[in-house]
Amino acid sequence: MADPMKIRARLKGDTADIRVLMSHPMETGQRKDAAGKLVPAHYIQNISITLAGKTVVEGQLNTAVSRNPVFGFKVKGAKAGDKVVIHWVDTNGDQRTDETTVTAG
Amino acid sequence: MDHLRRMLLKGAGASGALAVALAAGLLRPSRVLAAEWNKAAFGAASVPDALKAVGASGPADSKDVAIKAPDIAENGAVVPVEVDSRIPGTTEIAVLVDKNPLPLAASFTFSNGALPSVALRLKMGKTSNVRVIAKAGGKSYATAKEVKVTIGGCGG
Repeated sequence: MADPMKIRARLKGDTADIRVLMSHPMETGQRKDAAGKLVPAHYIQNISITLAGKTVVEGQLNTAVSRNPVFGFKVKGAKAGDKVVIHWVDTNGDQRTDETTVTAG
Repeated sequence: MDHLRRMLLKGAGASGALAVALAAGLLRPSRVLAAEWNKAAFGAASVPDALKAVGASGPADSKDVAIKAPDIAENGAVVPVEVDSRIPGTTEIAVLVDKNPLPLAASFTFSNGALPSVALRLKMGKTSNVRVIAKAGGKSYATAKEVKVTIGGCGG
C-alpha cells in the first residue's frame, strides 16, 4: 500500500486551490536497475477528485508524469469545510483514496 | 452514471480498452472510474496519432491556451508545467511532450466548477515542445512551448 497523499485545499475567494502530492514511483518501464534489468512499468493511470460529493476533475496519466506526482487544480464555487476526496488507481490495480476539507484562505 | 460513462466512452472511442482493462482485472466494475484509461492515445508513438486517439486531430492554434514552463529545465525528470485555458466552455485538457517516446503525458476533464487549469510535473527525455490541447464545444485548440532539457528524465 502506497503512502498517504498529501492534500491541501485552500480557499481564495470562492475558488478552492487544491494541491496534492501522491507518493508513487511512476516507473516508465524503460529504466534499468543496477543489475541492468528493465524495471517493469508501474504508474498511476487514473485519478479523480470530488469536492462536496461532486466529481470535479478526472485525469488519465501516462509514464511521462514525474515520480511522486504533484498536481494543482482550481475549483470555483467551493466553501470552507467542503470535503475533498482524491482517488488514484495504478497499473497494478493498487489504489488509494485520501481526503481533506477546504480551509479558509 | 451509466449514461455519463457511455458518453465518455464514446468520446474516447475506447470501449476496446475498457474490455481489456476489465479482463485484466485492473478496474473493478463496482468502482469503475467514469473515463477509462485511453490505451490507444497513451500508447501512441507520435503526436498526430495521439491527437487522433483523443479526438483532437488538427487543433487550431490559440493564444487563449497558456503554458507556463521553464525555458530551460535542468532536470528532465521533474519539469514543472502549469497549463490553463481561457476559452469559455473548456472541458478537457491534454498535455503532450512531442519528443517523448509516448508523447501523451496526461489528460484531464473538468466539471462542476473546476477551472480548466492544471499544474503538474513532467518527465522529458530531451529538448522538446510541450504541447497543450484544450477541448471546448466540440473543437480543439492548441498551443506549444519549447523546453530545453540539459539532463534527460527518461531511462537511468
